Amino acid sequence: MLLPDGRARAAGPAPGKITPELIEAAKKEGKAIWYTAVDLPVAERIAKAFEAKYPGIAMRVERSGGERIFQRIGQEYGSNIHAVDVVNSSDAAHFIVWKREGILAPYVPEDVALHYPAEHKDPDGLFASWRIWLSVIGYNTKLVKPEEAPKSFADLLDPKWSGKIVKGHPGYSGTIMTATFQISRDLGWEYFEKLARQKVMQVQSSADPPKKLALGERAVMADGNEYNLFQLKEKGEPVEIVYPTEGTPLIVGPSGVLKDAPHPNAARLLQSFLFSVEAQQLMVDSGGLRSMHALVKDKAGRKPLREIKLMKDDPAAVEKQADEIKARYSKYFKV
Amino acid sequence: MVGARALPWRARPDLSGAILAVFAVALCLLVVLPIGWLVVFAFTGRGGGFTLANFRLLFSDPAFVEPLFTTLTLAVSVSLICCLVAAPLGWVVARTDMPLRRTVRFIVMASFVTPPFLGAIAWELLAAPNSGLLNQLRRASTGAGPEAVLFNVYTLGGLVFVVSCYTFPYVFVLVANALDRIPGELEDASSMLGGSAWRTARRVTIPLALPALAAGALIAFLQAMTLFGAPGILALPAGFHTMTTKIWSLFQYPPKPELAAAASLPLLLVTVVLLRAQAAVLGRRGYSVVGGRSGPPRPVALGPLRWPALALCLAVLSLPVFLPYLALLNAAFSRVPSQPLTVEGFTLEHVRFVFLELSATKLALKNTFLLGLLAATSGSLLALVISYLTARAAIRGHRVLAFLATAPIAIPAIALGVGLFLAYTRGPVVLYGTLWILLLAYVTIELPAAYQQLQAAFRTVSPELEEASRILGASRLRTLRDVTAPLLGPSLIATWCFVFVAVVRELSAAAILFTSETKVLSVLIFDLNESGDLAAIAVLGLTMLILTSAVIAAASRVPGLGGPLRVRHY
Repeated sequence: MLLPDGRARAAGPAPGKITPELIEAAKKEGKAIWYTAVDLPVAERIAKAFEAKYPGIAMRVERSGGERIFQRIGQEYGSNIHAVDVVNSSDAAHFIVWKREGILAPYVPEDVALHYPAEHKDPDGLFASWRIWLSVIGYNTKLVKPEEAPKSFADLLDPKWSGKIVKGHPGYSGTIMTATFQISRDLGWEYFEKLARQKVMQVQSSADPPKKLALGERAVMADGNEYNLFQLKEKGEPVEIVYPTEGTPLIVGPSGVLKDAPHPNAARLLQSFLFSVEAQQLMVDSGGLRSMHALVKDKAGRKPLREIKLMKDDPAAVEKQADEIKARYSKYFKV
Repeated sequence: MVGARALPWRARPDLSGAILAVFAVALCLLVVLPIGWLVVFAFTGRGGGFTLANFRLLFSDPAFVEPLFTTLTLAVSVSLICCLVAAPLGWVVARTDMPLRRTVRFIVMASFVTPPFLGAIAWELLAAPNSGLLNQLRRASTGAGPEAVLFNVYTLGGLVFVVSCYTFPYVFVLVANALDRIPGELEDASSMLGGSAWRTARRVTIPLALPALAAGALIAFLQAMTLFGAPGILALPAGFHTMTTKIWSLFQYPPKPELAAAASLPLLLVTVVLLRAQAAVLGRRGYSVVGGRSGPPRPVALGPLRWPALALCLAVLSLPVFLPYLALLNAAFSRVPSQPLTVEGFTLEHVRFVFLELSATKLALKNTFLLGLLAATSGSLLALVISYLTARAAIRGHRVLAFLATAPIAIPAIALGVGLFLAYTRGPVVLYGTLWILLLAYVTIELPAAYQQLQAAFRTVSPELEEASRILGASRLRTLRDVTAPLLGPSLIATWCFVFVAVVRELSAAAILFTSETKVLSVLIFDLNESGDLAAIAVLGLTMLILTSAVIAAASRVPGLGGPLRVRHY
C-alpha cells in the first residue's frame, strides 16, 4: 500500500498527490466502491468520469439516503464486513461519529490542502466538505403562479397548501435530517407540528420532492435538494426555487476514505479525484451542487451562496440530537 | 420372490435413520435456528437478560398498535376482495364455455410474475392523485378541475386495491383447480333430476368448491398480512405504517433488532393459529370426490353472456397486468414518466442510463439470476427428496420431515429475514454479507410450496414402476433419479419455475439481508424508489419481466422433463 507516512501528524497528514505509483496500485486493485448520498444520476456521472480518466478501475456506486448509508455502514461494520472504500453522506454529523469510532483513514488530497478553506476540512485530515447545497422550498410553475408561491416556511402553514405539499423524511435523508434540525432550532418544533396537519405527502429522499414537483404530483415542496431543482429547471421542467425569508438550511456533505477500505489505493485515488477541479466543476455544472474549491466557478444564472440568507449548520448538535429529532418527527408525521 | 426381495435389503444396511437425521438437521437449521433467535431476541432487553418490555411497548405504544390495526384491516379487506373477484373468475374459466378461457388463465398466471412492489410503483404512475395517468385522463376527458381525483393510490384503500391485484391469482388458482377436479357426473346427476344450470351451480358446484375458496381466503389474508413490497412503496407517502414496514423501519438507525423480533412474533402467531384452524376445518371435510374415473367437467353454456363474461374477465385483468405494464412502458420511454408517450417525448435516455451508467445493474442482475437458479434447483431437489420419502413412507419418522418442510409457511418472510439476520451475524457461522444467507432465506421461504406441489404430484404417480426398479436391484436414489423424476417431469419443472419466479420477486427478506455486494434486483428497485427514479425502475422492471419469462420458457423446454406448465400454489 502506498500510504502517506505519518510524520506530519501534528498538522494532519501530508497532502496526497496523484502519483503514477498510486494510479498503478489502484489499477491493480481494479475496483472502487463508493457509498454516496448524492442523487444517483450525478453520482453515476462522476463515476463515469473517474472510469474514463483511470481506465481499468471499475467504479461501483451505492446510492441511498444519508441516514440509510449511516445505518448500512453500521450494520456492515458490526458484522465485520468492510465493503466500502470512500463514503459521502449528506449529514455531516455522521463524520463526527465515524471519526470517533476510528473507522476513517487520514488522507488529504492535494486539492483539499491547497484550495479548501480551513473550516471545510477536518484538522486531522479524515474528511473534507465534498459538496455544499441547500434544502429549499420549491413549486411547480404550472400549478402555482409566482405571486402566489410561498415565500417563507410560515407561508406553508396556510390552509390553501393543505394536501399540496411534498417533503422528505429525516429518518432516511441526511439532508432532511440536517434541515429539520436547523428549522426546528430557528423556528421551533411548533412549525413541524403545524406542517404535519397539512396532509403532507411524505417521501424518503431529499432528491424525491423535486421529482414529484416535476411530475406535477404536488404543487409545493417543503424541503428537498436545491441541486435537483437547478437540474430540472435547466432542463426546462416547470419548477422554481424559493429561498425562504427565515433563512435556508445549509447542507454540507463531506467525503472520507475508510481505514479498512477493501481497495485502499483506489480509495485514495478516488478521494483525490472527487476533490479535483475537474470533478468539482462537473458536480457544479451538471449536478447543480456548490463547491468549496477555490478554483471552481459558479454556473451563470444560479444565485450565488453569498446572496442567500442561510441558516447555520451545526453537525455536532445534529449528532447529539439525531435520535430525538427522528422520534419527534415520527410522532408528528405518523411515519 | 421372498428371497429376491430380501436380498438387497440384507446386502445394504438400513440407512433410513441416517437419512432422516441428515434431512431433519438440515431442515432444523433452515427453520428452527432463525425462529429460535427471533424468540430469544424478542424476550431480550437492550442490555441483555430476560424481559417482557418489548411486548409491553408493542401493545401500548400507539406507534405499534396503529400499524397492527392497519395490517388487520388490510388483510381482511384483501382477503374478501380476492374471494369476490377470484371465485366468479375461476368458475367462468373452469366451468363455462366462455371464449379464450385458456388465455385468461394464462394471463392470470402471468400476473403472478409481477412482484407486488413493481405493481405498486406502476399504480403510482397510474393513480397518484395529481400526476397519475388515469387521473389525468379523467380530467382531460371530463374537463374536471385539477382538484378532481378519481383514484388516489396513496391511501389505505389504494393499498388494499394494489395488494388485492397481486394476491388474487393465489385464490384464483386454488378455485379454478378445485373446479377442474369436480367430476361432471355430479352435475349431470343434478340436471337429470331436473335442476337448472344455475341451481346445479348453486347446490353442487359451489359447495364442492367452497373448501378451496376458504383455503384461498386464508392464503390471501396471510399474504396481505406479511407482504412488505407494496406497503413499502405506498404506506410512507400515504402517511401510515403496516406491521411489515414498521419492522423494516426498526432496522433503520438506530437499529432495534429486539423490537423488530418482538414485532415479528404476532405475525408468526396469527399465521400458525390460522393454519391450524384451517387444518381443523378442512382436514375432516367430507367432499372427497377423488377416486374412480370421472368424466370431464361439463361446461355451462353462457349463451349470449359469453362475450360480456370475457369482457369482464379482461377488464379485471387489466388491473394487475395490462394497465400497469402500459404505465411502465410509458415511463420507460417517456421523457417525464407522468406524461403520456408522444413522438417528441420519446427517449432512450432511461434505457441508456440503466444499462450504461447505473453501476449496480449488472451486479444485481447477476446476483438475482444466480440466486434464482440456485434456489430453484436446490429447493426443488430438496422438496423432491423429502416428498419422495414422505409420499412413499420410505423411512420411519417421515412425518417429522413433512412437518418441518411445511413449517416455513407459518413464517412471514420479513420475520424470517430478521431471524436469519440475528442467526448469521454472530458466530459460529457468519453468513451475513454473502449470497448464502439469501439462498437460505429463499429456499426456506419457498420450501413449503415446492414440497406441497411435489407431494401432490407423487400421489398421481403409481408406485409400481418404482417397485419394479427396486426389485431389479436399483437403489432408492437411483430409482428416484431414473424412474420417478422423469415421471414427475412436468411437475418438477413447474415447481422449479414457481420457486424461480418467487425468488426473483422476493423483497421482504432481501431488504433485511442484503449488503452492497449481495444486492438483488428487487432491492435495487426498492432503493431507486427512495429517490423517486421512476423511469429507471420501469426499465429495470420490464427487464426483469422479460428475463424471467425467458428463463421459464427455457425451463419448460428441458428435454425429457418439459411439458405443459401448470403452476399450483399451496
